[in-house]
Amino acid sequence: MGENVQHLSFLQDNGGKKGILAWITTTDHKRIGLLYFYSLTVFFLMGVVLGILMRLELMNPGKDLVEPQTYNSLFTLHGVIMIFLFVIPGIPAVFGNIALPLLLGARDVAFPKLNLLSWYLYILGALMALSTLLFGNAPDTGWTFYAPYSVRTGTNVTMAVLAAFILGFSSILTGLNFIVTIHRMRAPGMTWFRMPLFSWALYATAWIQLLATPVVGITLLMIAVERMLGIGLFDPSLGGDPILYQHLFWIYSHPAVYIMILPGMGVISEMIPVFARRRIFGYKAIAYSSLAIAFIGYFVWGHHMFTSGMSGPARVIFSLLTFLVAVPSAIKVFNWVATLYGGSIDLKPPLLYALGFIFLFLIGGLTGLVNGALAADVHIHDTYFVVGHFHYVMFGGTGFAFFAALHYWFPKVYGKMYNVKHATRAFWVLFTGFNILYFPMLVVGMMGMPRRYYDYLPQFHIPNLISTFGSWIVVSGLIYMIVVLIQGYRKGTPAGKNPWGGLTLDWQTDSPPITENFVELPIVTEGPYEYK
Amino acid sequence: MEAKASTFVQGVDTAFIVILGISLFFLITITAAMIYFVIRYNRKKNPKPKDVKDNTRLEILWTAIPTILVLLMFWYGWIGYTPMRRIPAGALTIKATGRMWSWNFEYENGKQSEYLVVPVGKPVKLELYSPDVLHSLYIPAFRIKEDVVPGVNNVMWFQSDKPGEYDILCAEYCGLRHAYMLSKVIVKPVEEYIQWYHATVDSNSMADVEPIGLQVLKKNACISCHSLDGSKIVGPSFKGLWGSERDVIDENGKRVKVNADENYIQTSIYEPNQQVVEGFNKGLMISYKEAITDEELRQIIEYLKTLK
Repeated sequence: MGENVQHLSFLQDNGGKKGILAWITTTDHKRIGLLYFYSLTVFFLMGVVLGILMRLELMNPGKDLVEPQTYNSLFTLHGVIMIFLFVIPGIPAVFGNIALPLLLGARDVAFPKLNLLSWYLYILGALMALSTLLFGNAPDTGWTFYAPYSVRTGTNVTMAVLAAFILGFSSILTGLNFIVTIHRMRAPGMTWFRMPLFSWALYATAWIQLLATPVVGITLLMIAVERMLGIGLFDPSLGGDPILYQHLFWIYSHPAVYIMILPGMGVISEMIPVFARRRIFGYKAIAYSSLAIAFIGYFVWGHHMFTSGMSGPARVIFSLLTFLVAVPSAIKVFNWVATLYGGSIDLKPPLLYALGFIFLFLIGGLTGLVNGALAADVHIHDTYFVVGHFHYVMFGGTGFAFFAALHYWFPKVYGKMYNVKHATRAFWVLFTGFNILYFPMLVVGMMGMPRRYYDYLPQFHIPNLISTFGSWIVVSGLIYMIVVLIQGYRKGTPAGKNPWGGLTLDWQTDSPPITENFVELPIVTEGPYEYK
Repeated sequence: MEAKASTFVQGVDTAFIVILGISLFFLITITAAMIYFVIRYNRKKNPKPKDVKDNTRLEILWTAIPTILVLLMFWYGWIGYTPMRRIPAGALTIKATGRMWSWNFEYENGKQSEYLVVPVGKPVKLELYSPDVLHSLYIPAFRIKEDVVPGVNNVMWFQSDKPGEYDILCAEYCGLRHAYMLSKVIVKPVEEYIQWYHATVDSNSMADVEPIGLQVLKKNACISCHSLDGSKIVGPSFKGLWGSERDVIDENGKRVKVNADENYIQTSIYEPNQQVVEGFNKGLMISYKEAITDEELRQIIEYLKTLK
């Protein structure tokens, strides 16, 4: 590629437009990925601030900071922002957009304009959701919008559910785009089983986005219709059925948990072979287990409703299926650890985050087994145990995978390297704080403290106090991490094409990549992790 | 999980111990393996990686073993749970009402109590009723919980074998005062329970000294939203209500002044959305036409007259 003097990097190539216009009208997948990244980061930090305020309020029994109504809006918006604006779009929208075409050896995604439309829908939905913060009367239902409370409350639920409806379209279109890209845009010679595992994970995720999201879209629209027109769908006083709402909501929202975690697992599968210099152990087992999780994940929603009054046999069947979905996750973990065996391991920040992911996701997954068992679930259902569990999965899992991906592709995207020593330290602060923040929640949940409590009985005080203390450490870790990355962006040393020694196609092009990724499309002759 | 006070505790706790035990084993083993590999195969010590081929036997093994273990966990979860759904014939039946934001328990002889008083060693069946939104009746010491769903007749049962007082909490988010929707189960020796059951005066409340109108307000949980001391909770306070002039928003969204007389109070209870006091939300209160009789309405008005 001696002639690449004339090829501008995607960061420099403004396509003849000026300033911000060159960004908000771009159809380049990497620029769209960065648009998502910057907007997601802003929303994530807003979610963090709301979370910190919640932990401050819960530091001691009684009122510490805010009124109950404010607290109820805090946890609702914390959930809505984190779930709909960060975790669900998260890895696919940012790193899927940036890396998928590079990994496949393509020039872009299949539908670049549709890709930009997805981002606009995302921003529109986000602004609608956040408008409830600014104009008062923020929703107070929890992110699940359970009827009939969501139909009755005087707060601005209609706006919030319409926002989630719009965000759903963004997710559906991204999923569609990725499916077509993976089917049609792979480089010559890249067979299905020569695809990097991150593409497999995105592929499984995309099908869930495409098939499950419409269900929740319609369901949330039904809430809006019920509120505005008084049509009795879910509110029994209007002749509706509140249990129906729960079924419809979780038919999407449980598969959505796999929308959140599968891409994270894909990121981990990408990193471990690179830093262990080893072919990934059980490529096909990992690829198929993604598909198995996506498939079985459709049939387990009922475990959110074990205490709702659902029929006895339904509870038993949902419990059984829930346990089965644990197996493919276990297979992945075993294969990752086996890949480390006999490798030549370099513990750089991306791998550190990946191993942190495995540990935290193990706790998240294993506590999920407790939730899946009928007898145990009856006790811990809707308690802080569940809050602890899903933060281990969503933050410890997806969040840490997001940070792993960020540290992994940072030098590719910006062409510069951050300070590895400080990035490593930031990881340890974050990891330590994380466990101090969330582990006490598992304990206090077992003791019987229900979730969504503004105030609590005195026996729950100590774990809550420790947890609040942990939240301060987590915030320090996040700030530390962000400072290290900004420093890297401003003053980092040039990273070169392939700082980690990866064999996938993303590392064969320039850092930052040129606008259409490759001067000549690569021809693939072997699998993605053939270290010799 | 200190208190162990029902017959379900053993089954539930066994499921916990089995699952957490197996989980802990895997967590420790896998973490230890990761740490060991990272140290043993560090690039400085081990610059050349081994070429390890895929191993189908190993894949089958670590698919089969977790499958067996999760089925085992499922089994313990199931057998610990089965008795919760098998309600013994002849169980003592109590109607448990959860409403925003208090609990009320009604016995077969019509006796009402804000606490759930039960005899030790006898099966008790709760018929769960909600007139408004979702609630969930949760007794951690008994390891039981069931949602209270408006329009659905959910039931739950338990048998306590240890006299004492245990917390009842609402576990399904139900709005502003969700965290304060608390009560207690009081498990009494059988003779004490019978004595309590037949006593006309509820010894657990101050019913005998309270005006009858206040009792009606308490029974219907009115005072969860409308304070007696002038403070604002969800709805306007009852204090100083009688005879005052109020700015209300009528059905057409117009602001009008009304006088708080008998008619106004009747409308507010039976058709709460017709005249909503300015600054409060429409739609939060349901009609109490079915719950409060004309006689009780008169008693409420008499009481409000005294609350200056």
